[in-house]
Amino acid sequence: MALEALKCKECQETYPLEARYVCDTCFGPLEVAYDFSGLDAAETRRKIQAGPQTIWRYADFLPFESQPRTALAAGVTPLLRADRLAERLGLGEVWVKNDAANPTHSFKDRVVTVALAKAQELGYQVVACASTGNLANAVAAHAAAAGLESYVFVPADLEEQKILATGVYGTNLVAVNGNYDDVNRLCTELSGEKDWAFVNVNMRPYYSEGSKTVGYEIAEQLGWELPDRVVVPVASGSLITKIARGFEEWLEVGLVEGELPTFNGAQAQGCSPVAQAWEAGRDFCSPVKPETIAKSLAIGNPADGPYALDLARRTHGAVDAVTDDEVRAGIRLLAETTGIFTETAGGVTTATLAKLAERGDIGRAERVVLVITGDGLKTLDAVRGSFETIDVEPTVESFAAAAGVQAVA
Amino acid sequence: MSVTVKIPTQLRGVTGGEAETAVDEASTVGEVLDGLYDRFDGLRDRIAEDGGLRRFVNVYVGGEDIRFMDGLETPVNDGDEVTILPAVAGG
Repeated sequence: MALEALKCKECQETYPLEARYVCDTCFGPLEVAYDFSGLDAAETRRKIQAGPQTIWRYADFLPFESQPRTALAAGVTPLLRADRLAERLGLGEVWVKNDAANPTHSFKDRVVTVALAKAQELGYQVVACASTGNLANAVAAHAAAAGLESYVFVPADLEEQKILATGVYGTNLVAVNGNYDDVNRLCTELSGEKDWAFVNVNMRPYYSEGSKTVGYEIAEQLGWELPDRVVVPVASGSLITKIARGFEEWLEVGLVEGELPTFNGAQAQGCSPVAQAWEAGRDFCSPVKPETIAKSLAIGNPADGPYALDLARRTHGAVDAVTDDEVRAGIRLLAETTGIFTETAGGVTTATLAKLAERGDIGRAERVVLVITGDGLKTLDAVRGSFETIDVEPTVESFAAAAGVQAVA
Repeated sequence: MSVTVKIPTQLRGVTGGEAETAVDEASTVGEVLDGLYDRFDGLRDRIAEDGGLRRFVNVYVGGEDIRFMDGLETPVNDGDEVTILPAVAGG
């Protein structure tokens, strides 16, 4: 594998592999460019299979000359066949990629593993991020494990669980009086003034590479095959585009055969700039003010929105939006049929799958993967009051009376 | 009447290193940017195309994205702060 450069996705201008994220010429986003021509498919596959049970088994596809050592590596989360969910939705074959099973319980551990390894390689002492919550958890934890100082910027109205699960790691937790887009603007400004590694600002080209590993794992866990369709939540649009990039790289190297799956993006109606652009047939996103319980997806000004739209279009997919009530129902549906308790973002994704199934968009023969990005314990308010307990005295009679069952004779 | 403009690091190469500058005699964001284009060679090509802003450029007045207001027609008042930033961060 040869690392080449940072390359502008818009004008193709190239730059050295440093802490840089914007093209000086056109302001377009930079992405890591590789030369995979030296990779032999069979040898690469053996190397992956012999690799660690973390994202570093895919080191040949990540932006490092040699595999970094990291204190808290992410990845290799379960891909579970969800027959009961498929049956409920009238589908043939559904799999759930459960990325809640990461060190801080979301897919953000992947991107942070890569971003922090790069920050350390570049000599940074302080790491930082703008976060809707999951990234905050991950940056605080990985920085603690690596012994780096961290500053984590979040909207002040974040779910309590995400605040607590960030502060515990001893980070400098900055609660910003504003929404995520305000936090992001602040961090973009600060990244120009501070010599810090902001994982999703000046480290973004490296950070986003971590999301490709979701795609690699899905393909490897399906027995080196690609699914027919992938349903992915969309906030900034980075995850969905990078899963596709991962599949494209493996097609190029010959690790898998066939063609790119259909990509379906999932948003909450209260923050759906990408779904609105899709609906209107636009190739750009107009920013919105988020108002949804799916706070981890509440990015009103999505950086990779245009690329997510392009991906959905060229793979004959779509970008859909679901209501907050559908999000709550999605959480319940996944929990009741798979035993997986997901956060609101997963409710968005599951509800979108249900919507696609109901609309008849998914063929019976299709192999569908649902990407679940975070744990339900992070957004407990979404399910509070959604069921009743059976309250009893500690006697058989009380239980029988309350539960409406026969007391044991 | 004067408006302060904050310049991102990516554009300081064309502003002679200036991180902040002032524009007088402008009543809209578009006029503020025109004032900058007159002063700094090469700035227009960096952030503008086809009469509008490039799609990965965000402009804010007092912290609010101008796309929530009247875009380049958004009025500016004495003492306002206009911020130019790359749009590709976050997520």
